[in-house]
Amino acid sequence: MNEQVKDFSDKTAAKTPEQQAQQNNTAGKIGGQQGNQKKPFLKRYGAFFLLLAAGVVAGMVLPELGKTALDNTLGSFKEMLSVLPPIFILLGLLDVWVDRATMMKYTGKGSGFKGVLIAFLLGSAAAGPLYAAFPFAVVMLKKGSSLMNVLIFIGAWSTTKIPLLAFEASSMGLKFTMVRLALSIVGIPLIAFLTEKALGQSGLEEINTLYDAEPMK
Amino acid sequence: MFTYILYALAIIGLAISFFKDRQKTKAALMKAWRSFESILPQVLVIFLIIGFAIAIFPPETIRKLLGAESGVLGVIAAALLGSVTLMPGFVAFPLAAALLKSGAGYMQLAAFVSTLMMVGVVTIPIERKTFGMRATLTRNIAAFFYSLVVAVVMGVVLG
Repeated sequence: MNEQVKDFSDKTAAKTPEQQAQQNNTAGKIGGQQGNQKKPFLKRYGAFFLLLAAGVVAGMVLPELGKTALDNTLGSFKEMLSVLPPIFILLGLLDVWVDRATMMKYTGKGSGFKGVLIAFLLGSAAAGPLYAAFPFAVVMLKKGSSLMNVLIFIGAWSTTKIPLLAFEASSMGLKFTMVRLALSIVGIPLIAFLTEKALGQSGLEEINTLYDAEPMK
Repeated sequence: MFTYILYALAIIGLAISFFKDRQKTKAALMKAWRSFESILPQVLVIFLIIGFAIAIFPPETIRKLLGAESGVLGVIAAALLGSVTLMPGFVAFPLAAALLKSGAGYMQLAAFVSTLMMVGVVTIPIERKTFGMRATLTRNIAAFFYSLVVAVVMGVVLG
């Protein structure tokens, strides 16, 4: 446990230094989180600044459009700042306190229906935009969740979030919401299952190289 | 409302964590920041693109596209529109409700809402870092066709 703390790491203490090094290597090549961290600021944010500049020019030519676009962008930004802090703090806590064995037991290969249910409920209990779900997926995959369950988690996060359902019912009506929910309960595991099947062995290996995880099959 | 529950959960979690192990709590916060910062560049780009896209295609235009009489083409247009758009639920549902009132069909709206949530063209760069390109494309394509099925079923059940 202490080793984990020392290197601020989410990997299990059982990993050898070589594996550790290999992981850093892979991440660097593929542009995973750690690799990104090392890239210079300008390279990472370059696309953003370019677009921003283009936006400013467009806004000067068409002030009306520019103002609306700016309002929209700032609106998204405000939403992000209000919703994301607790989500990422919970992500950090999950990463530090839930060890690989526990995660594997409940959502790994062979966790069966229980794993599907847990993934579904975890995703539904979430709040916030879909892009915030992917860092969670990273942690789950690293800790040995099965790909299918992580995909179910993503599906539930995107579609059956509880606060969103309440909101959907109030604006679209209960019937609309219930029919869509019923379809989602079938559709989300189905999409996860199909995606995993469609990938095949080589596809799963591609994901394994992203995480240096134990084989998923 | 739900956001407050999340804040409460995060604060209680942090407090317990801090009480049990300071070092680990610090590690958790570092991790939280690094995870956030790792998606930030792409997220900022998405905000700008969507900000402009919505300014260029205002709800009026969307309304015309998704009318009840727009038929199968309207469903496909709605699904495509939902795939490339990214907006929070509390913007999307009032928009959908307004569209419903102004004559959009259930089938078209179901296609729009479903792809809006499940298919994310603009988030592919982030998703790719998580699942790799193959899994990302497979998932999005499967979700797209699934949304068309949802649209048809909901059109039949509600329409």
